[in-house]
Amino acid sequence: MSTVDEAVTETRVSPRPGDPEITPELIADHGLSVEEYERIRGLMGRTLTFTELGVFSAMWSEHCGYKNSKRLLRLLPTEAPWVIQGPGENAGVIDIGDGYALAFKIESHNHPSAVEPYQGAATGVGGILRDIFTMGARPVAILDSLRFGDLDSGRVRYLFGGVVAGVGDYGNCMGVPNIGGEVVFDRGYEGNPIVNAMCLGLMKTDELITASASGVGNPLMTVGARTGRDGIHGATFASEELSEDSDESSRPQVQVGDPFTEKLLLEASLELIASGAITGIQDMGAAGITSSASEMAGRAGNGVEIDMALVPVRERGMTPYEILLSESQERMLVVAEQGREQEVVDILEKWELEAKVIGRVTADGRFRVLEDGVTVADIPALPLTDGCPTYEREGIESDDIKALRETDLSEHLLPRGNLTRLFQTMLGSPNIASKRWVYNQYDTTVRTATAVRPGGDAGVIRIRGTDKAVAASTDCNGRFVYLQPRNGAMAAVAEAARNLVCVGAVPTAITNNLNFGNPLKPHIYYQFREAVLGMKDACEAFETPVTGGNVSFYNETDGRAIYPTPVIGMVGVIDDASKIVGQAFRTEGDDIVLLGENTDEIGGSEYLYVTKRLVAGTPPKVDLGKERALQQAVLMMTNARHLNSARDCSDGGLACTLAECAIGDGEALIGIDVTLDDDLAPVATLFAETQGRIVVSCAPEQTAEVLRIAEEHGVPAARIGSVAAPGSPFRIIMPEGKVEADLTAMAEAYFGALPNIMDAPSTTSA
Amino acid sequence: MKVAVITFPGSNCDYDLYKAAQQVGADATFVWHRERGLDGYDAVLLPGGFSYGDYLRAGAIARMSPVMEDVIEFAHRGAPVVGICNGFQILCEAGLLPGALVRNASLLFSGKDVHLRVERVDTHFTSQYEPGQILRVPIAHGEGNYEADESTLERLEGEGHVVFRYVDAAGEATDAANPNGSWHNIAGIINDEGNVLGMMPHPERAMEELLGSTDGIGIFTSLAASLSAVAS
Repeated sequence: MSTVDEAVTETRVSPRPGDPEITPELIADHGLSVEEYERIRGLMGRTLTFTELGVFSAMWSEHCGYKNSKRLLRLLPTEAPWVIQGPGENAGVIDIGDGYALAFKIESHNHPSAVEPYQGAATGVGGILRDIFTMGARPVAILDSLRFGDLDSGRVRYLFGGVVAGVGDYGNCMGVPNIGGEVVFDRGYEGNPIVNAMCLGLMKTDELITASASGVGNPLMTVGARTGRDGIHGATFASEELSEDSDESSRPQVQVGDPFTEKLLLEASLELIASGAITGIQDMGAAGITSSASEMAGRAGNGVEIDMALVPVRERGMTPYEILLSESQERMLVVAEQGREQEVVDILEKWELEAKVIGRVTADGRFRVLEDGVTVADIPALPLTDGCPTYEREGIESDDIKALRETDLSEHLLPRGNLTRLFQTMLGSPNIASKRWVYNQYDTTVRTATAVRPGGDAGVIRIRGTDKAVAASTDCNGRFVYLQPRNGAMAAVAEAARNLVCVGAVPTAITNNLNFGNPLKPHIYYQFREAVLGMKDACEAFETPVTGGNVSFYNETDGRAIYPTPVIGMVGVIDDASKIVGQAFRTEGDDIVLLGENTDEIGGSEYLYVTKRLVAGTPPKVDLGKERALQQAVLMMTNARHLNSARDCSDGGLACTLAECAIGDGEALIGIDVTLDDDLAPVATLFAETQGRIVVSCAPEQTAEVLRIAEEHGVPAARIGSVAAPGSPFRIIMPEGKVEADLTAMAEAYFGALPNIMDAPSTTSA
Repeated sequence: MKVAVITFPGSNCDYDLYKAAQQVGADATFVWHRERGLDGYDAVLLPGGFSYGDYLRAGAIARMSPVMEDVIEFAHRGAPVVGICNGFQILCEAGLLPGALVRNASLLFSGKDVHLRVERVDTHFTSQYEPGQILRVPIAHGEGNYEADESTLERLEGEGHVVFRYVDAAGEATDAANPNGSWHNIAGIINDEGNVLGMMPHPERAMEELLGSTDGIGIFTSLAASLSAVAS
């Protein structure tokens, strides 16, 4: 191995015996365009070896290089006084006061989950957990945002069941509670499910560690699991469309997870960081050793030299190409302080894991790979990590979607028949129905911190030793984004923020998971650009900067793209955990107050999907100023302890929101008497998903103050009824119709929908 | 009260159990599974989690850990040992409690609140409860389905070794209230000598109103009361 004092000259690199010749076909197979390859050759000043081509292919893939998204993502706000770490690291970090910092991030595992749902989802959770604990934070909560096709397909039920089991088994074994998320079913996700996992981690502000390779001469060590042949080229795989034969041929690109090893790796990593024996640590996620080593070098402005013969492997005969690009799970790359290597080994040994020196930090700025002392790749590190060309593509709205948006929906406002029956059908729709079947497979209470469990607007974790709590929510209505991307993205941010204020949390920052189709298609790029612009406006309006996230393009099957789905993972802070507000009605006689106004904006609604399988019309308009005022008003109410419940009004409209408040967790069903005098079609009053609304309940003596605070903030507010005695019916009276339902039947529809579909014997096979 | 909380590779409720013990005034210490010697401790707690990833069978590898020899000796001396969730599984694997915990009848992991009926209040672990008291406590397990042969079940029931049973909110031991298919709705048992308790539900997660329930405290205060009675 060369020493650090050596002159900065490129070592001689020649192809390994048996390497394939670099041909245009091979370059195309590696996902690089002719222009990109020429650019790389220019950078290198020579023809690449096969190993080097593999390295560039991974680092300049969409997944690692963000080539089609970077230019637009730069528009997003990323700064605020409380942001400690913005985009670019393994996770974002914010200051939450009292000496604590919160690390959080969301990431996708869509393609692997489409091919092998259990392992795909499990390793997705494993990856996001590692992103958090490599920051020095202990993972304290998981959320999962899942989307599938309609459940009448056996294949979809298989994917849904497998993904939920995979998310659950991994997080459960790790001992990290799942506190929320969302599950959506729509034919728009039929062939390409969306599996996004978010993790929150807690640390003292002074425990932050970054992923950079500083200190020339410091040793690089692999820690954790051994490297095998699994997941080779996963990053490149994630940057392609799926096709019918992806199923079989792509399975070797899906990694296999071992949460037990990861639990040991978690404890060992936190102990390593606390020991001070290491200066940097990074997860070997997408593109494995290649990305972790080159990115750590790039961030520090240094180089690295690593020898593949030193990497502990699972099987013999692995080539440098395979070792560099393996995505075997539960591995980390650490930079140790020179002379403290043994301490690292000892800590890992305590946790029954391996640590091995594989190279050193160098001063020459090169990413150099050896095989038993012979150089097989020698690449300038910075161009490799930061030199990926970025593109601004052509974006044009699809005429078909424009036509859908302009669909006249007036006939769908007409139904006035049996509204109660329609209401019950809505409650039993898998999108509205309780997701208890899902979160009962998750450990939600381990770590004894979960103050609000899944099933509501947002999950809440209290911070032991302080009065504080942290809330988190994931949201996106893909139909809204599909029909009107900019407004839809604003709606996603607005809903996430509403969800947080409903539990009493101040929205603080977001992480985003941008799930889109193929950006090379103009109408997809249009969706992406519009969505980013909408997100930008909303994040600025709510003062919730973006601290990181993930872009997942090419979510297409046989040329058909998913709905554009920019999932927003938002976190918020509650200064006094005793002020957390629940979502269910609690006390007979409480007043029910609607904040915000009803409209007949039924475009893109669940009502249209349930009744007509229709995704059309103009989705409800988001007014950021009104949203902000509404959120401020609710926070003032929760802060003054005026409210007994608060719930955001979204999927399924006001009627379904009121139903959820009445049903609660199913243990205490509470009737309501509500009168809505809006001059609207009854189905609009009941089911339109108008933005900017929150349903609250409060003791009657608080109502005047609640209404006053609303007025002070310019928020329309009205007492619409009261909470009735347990056992009384659920009653909504309108000028031209009513809903009068029995709560036991409602609860059966609401809780029974998913078990009835998923626990039927026919669902056990694909 | 000095209590040892044993940490196995893969334990993940060790911290929660440690905090619960502290909450009732115990002097709690984590004991790594490779450490030897439990002298000086008044009670030993085996936490939940996935020791050794539940590989082979839940608890089957952990019971080979060096510290388990000491736990067995500790139990044979008559000192109190509590195993919760994975801890219960380990106690069964180690032969300190009869029977076995197999895959939930649903074949799915189950994480939710359940109701438990306190079947006996004359034990080291339940003296602070009322007879027949109904508790609300979380469960979180995939293998909590308690099974034993017919004669063992008869003995457990006949000699009153069933301490906790899954019931509905009204206190009835119905099938619907049984979250995992356990025989006789068994949620927790003690050994013949009455000093070893195993239970699948997590009382350490029911210690604070903010988190949903305080019904688990009684187990820890009962243990503390029993130990101070021994000491005085």
